[in-house]
This record gives sequence, C-alpha cells and structure tokens, in this order.
Amino acid sequence: MRPDLDIIQKWIEPGSRVLDLGCGDGALLAYLRDKKQIHGIGLEIDNQKINGCLDKGISVIQQDLNKGLQNFESQSFDTVLLTQTLQAVHFPDKLVDEMLRIGKNCIVTFPNFGNWKSRAYLAFKGRMPVSDFMPYEWYDTPNIHFCTVKDFDEFCRSRDIDVITRTVVDIKHRDSWIIRAFPNLLSEIAIYHFSRKPARTEAA
Amino acid sequence: MPDVLPENSVGLVTPQLYHFDEPLTLRSGKELKAYDLMVETYGELNAERSNAILICHALSGDHHAAGYHSMDDRKPGWWDVAIGPGKPIDTNHFYVVCLNNLGGCAGSTGPASINPETGTWYGPDFPVVTVRDWVNSQARLADRLGIDKWAAVIGGSLGGMQVMRWSISYPERVRHAIMMAVAPKLSAQNIAFNEVARQSITADPDFHAGRYREHNTLPKRGVMLARMVGHITYLSDSAMREKFGKVSEQLKQASLNLGRDLRAGKLSFGFDVDFQVESYLHYQGERFSETFDANTYLLMTKALDYFDPSVDFDGDLSKAFANSDCRFMLVSFSTDWRFPPERTQEIVTALLKAGKQVSYLDIEADQGHDAFLLPVPRYMQALTTYLDRVKLEISNNAA
Repeated sequence: MRPDLDIIQKWIEPGSRVLDLGCGDGALLAYLRDKKQIHGIGLEIDNQKINGCLDKGISVIQQDLNKGLQNFESQSFDTVLLTQTLQAVHFPDKLVDEMLRIGKNCIVTFPNFGNWKSRAYLAFKGRMPVSDFMPYEWYDTPNIHFCTVKDFDEFCRSRDIDVITRTVVDIKHRDSWIIRAFPNLLSEIAIYHFSRKPARTEAA
Repeated sequence: MPDVLPENSVGLVTPQLYHFDEPLTLRSGKELKAYDLMVETYGELNAERSNAILICHALSGDHHAAGYHSMDDRKPGWWDVAIGPGKPIDTNHFYVVCLNNLGGCAGSTGPASINPETGTWYGPDFPVVTVRDWVNSQARLADRLGIDKWAAVIGGSLGGMQVMRWSISYPERVRHAIMMAVAPKLSAQNIAFNEVARQSITADPDFHAGRYREHNTLPKRGVMLARMVGHITYLSDSAMREKFGKVSEQLKQASLNLGRDLRAGKLSFGFDVDFQVESYLHYQGERFSETFDANTYLLMTKALDYFDPSVDFDGDLSKAFANSDCRFMLVSFSTDWRFPPERTQEIVTALLKAGKQVSYLDIEADQGHDAFLLPVPRYMQALTTYLDRVKLEISNNAA
C-alpha cells in the first residue's frame, strides 16, 4: 500500500460509494473493498492498468478525464478520488468542479511544486526541475499543470471549497511537525480532503 | 479441414435437440405450443452447477460456437477463437452452452420447420419473435439443464441484446453480463439498413410471399443481396482498405489504394465485377444464401429493430436495470460504425446511473463491427482476465 493511500483510506466511510479517477491498476479500490466493503468504480485510460483492475475484480471504465464526466450523475458517489493526476489533466479547475458535483466529498493528492528542492533546482540551475520523484523533462512530461500548496489553498478559497483536512508529507509520506510548520516549502505531496461549502450547496 | 484437431479446440462436438411441450407466449401475444431448441455444450457442469456460461448468438449465428462437427469441416464454430481449453472462455473450467434461437434455421424451431398444425412449413406463418422471447426460451433451457444461475451470459451485437435482456428479466439468474459491440436499441440508420435487407428478400421473384419451399425454390438472390448490404455494415472502411488493398501494399502505396484492388488486373469497361471487394461480397452473399433461410433473416432483423428494453420504463434505460444484480462488462470497438462506441457507452451510462457494477473497454480495432468475433489481442486479454476472476469466484464459493 502506497503511504499516501494509507492516509486517504482513513477518510473513506465503510460501505460507501467511491469513484477513483485515474485509478491505475485498482490497488486502492481493491484495498478499500477488502478493508471497508466500499462499492467502487475506477476510471482509467491505460490498457494494461485496466487489465490490472479486471484482475482484481475492480469495476473499471475506460474513459479520458479530459473529455469530461457527463456520464456520472450529480451526488451519485460519497467520495471522488483523484490521486497524483490533477497536474496531468487539461483543465484541473473544471475537473475539480465536476468532482464536487458528483461526490459528496473529494480527495485530491498532487506533488507540491513549491517544495524547496524544486525551488532550488529552478533558482540555482535555471532549469525545470527533474528528480526521481518527477523524472520528466519539460517537453515530455504528462504533468502540465503543476501547482503549489499555496496555489491550491487559494484555489479552494476562491471557489468556496471547504477543506476538511489538508495533509502534507514528504516523498516517503512521512508527516512531521517541521513539514506541517512549513508545508509549502517542505512537503512533497499534498493531500486534500474537501467538499463544497454547505451554503453554496443550498444556494444551488 | 483439420488433419489433427488443435489442442486448444473443444474437438468434435455433437449438437443435441431439446423438445419443449409447455406453450411459450410471445411478446406479440401469439403462442408457440411446442418447440425444439438445438443446443451445443462444451466442458463439464460442476457439482454445484455454478460454472455454466451461456453464449448468445447474433444475427446469422447458431448453436455451433466452437469445435468441429466432423473432420471434414472447413471451419470450426463461429466463436472458436474464444471458446476452448485454455482460451478466454476456458472449457477446462466452464460449462459452456450455446443454442440456436427460436426462429433460426439451424435446427431449432423456425420458419423452415414443419408446423404440426398444418403439416407443412411454417414459412411466413412463423410468429415474429423478439429478444425477450428468446431469453424466455433460453431460461427454460437453463431449467432443463439444471442451471439456476449462469456464471456469465455473453454475447455480441444481437447476442449482447439478449445478455442485456437476461440481466433485466432474470436478475436472480445471472452473475456476470458480458456484452460486446452492442447498442441499447437500433438507430434509424440501423433500421434503414435492415429494411433494405428485407426488401431485397421480399422483392426476389422466388420469395413467393415466404412460401418458396412450396414452390420448390429459394429466394437466393434476395438473401445474397441482404447479406451483402449487411456485410458492408459489419466491416469498417479501414478493414476494407486492408483486405482489398494487398496489391498496392506490395507497391508500398497502401494509403493511396483505398482497397481498390482489381480482380483481373484491369478494368472491364462493362458492368461485371471489376474490383476485389465486389467479388468478395458476391462470394460471401452466395455462400450465405445457400445455407440461410430467408424467412429467418427477416425475423432476425425484426428482432433487432424491435429491441428496446427501456420501452417498459418510460424510455429510461437505467430504470430497466434497477433490479439487475449482476456485474456488467461491456466492450466496444473503435471502428464499429454499426454500433459505435458511443452507442455502447449509452448502456454504460445507464448502468452507472442505476448504481451498478460495470466495467467498460473501448478497444482500438480496425475490423469494424466484426471485431467482436475476431481474436483482437487486447479484447481477448480482457476477456481472459475478467473470466479468470469469475473462475476464482466459483472456486471460492465452492470452498
């Protein structure tokens, strides 16, 4: 179990309905099914990863997140997940809106581009950061919308998104007081649990 | 014509005729007092009777899905690529059942059968049967075979429609519903092609209002034309370019040839066959017209046209699935223009709306609608993986 997934699973209600966008080989959904008896559906585009889902008995829909989620009813899932994919979609803002429409609550994880290593790489080398964690060159990276913890905080604030929990960890998913004290500088992975602010839901 | 049967073949198989005496009330309100179903089975039914898979055939299929009837057979059953020991539908683990549907012409009661009330062929008097009627008759066959619940019901195209009907009409009898190249109902374009096929048959002077057998003839010309137009809709433009563009492929001009290979190497400047594609369609149509009953063809196209499970639910397909209790797996093929991926996705969306467990694969394949019958590697892999999981379920439940 990937450590970020271990953090996420604590926020999932037993027996709930979970939609995992970019579900990979279905490892998280399989874990949640076995541990929490959830009713899960995954979305994935990659053929071999889809086969991994089928192998685990996970329901998986071959669908491109960039083409929208119109085939999902509003508020039809308890939790909508998006792990390590936000930075790779064409319109992260539209996707988050869709997640909030479909799910009662949402979980997003993304690599924090505000981490000191990225800053130092750019500041001292003058080149786009390449690391073991983000191993792509600027021209071939699937990660087209990097953001920082501060950016996402502001994004949530400006959109009436109610952040239930924000967890920031390093690449080994260790949580420590020092990372919590300087999240935007020290964390490598940000994990947000959020929902639409109630007032907005009533207005809509 | 295999000299030796391939190791992963179900081998030589013998179909079996099942007679049913209990009258079957059809959707039209008419009744079939008694009928026969021609059935083939492969593999062994386990002690728990939990490993049975039903295969539903499409428009021109029949009960002969796998293996050979004799060592003289030119080709094995219609879905031999997927059914056999070690194949996706693994007969070492599953008990596979396939039948010729009512109204068919391969042994089950249909227009070419003798009507016991008149002593002559049913012909045009054979009642119009629908997908629902087929599934009801299949359920009776399941009763006869002692199968309370299918491990899976699988079918493509018109066969997929039967799978859908099973999940709606008999939710307690299906564990997994697997459908390929399927649509929730036909579009006007689909119906239009079917009507051209029907007109080809009924306009044949040898049709005799469906009583051609009394006239000692067969409307072969009409069936051939119907098959030709049908066949075009089963193939994609890219499949045709590939199939009939071999000459230029040698000239490394495949993209310019568009599948326009000539039959005799030059134009005839007449109205005879010039291109390979024409010759191919003639050959396929002629062969089909020799074996397939014209009245059956009319019936099958009507069953397609009438299929619409949402009709009892104010047009809302998701409501039709409300009671379905199985897991669903749907597959579409990128170049299928008869039932394009978007049509299959309509079913996926309805299933999601109904809150069902559904998997869906959109397979890149050049072969058009026909791809569901072909060993497209990723399609076969997905089917294998999915059914391996079903095997595991069966053995876990038995333990």
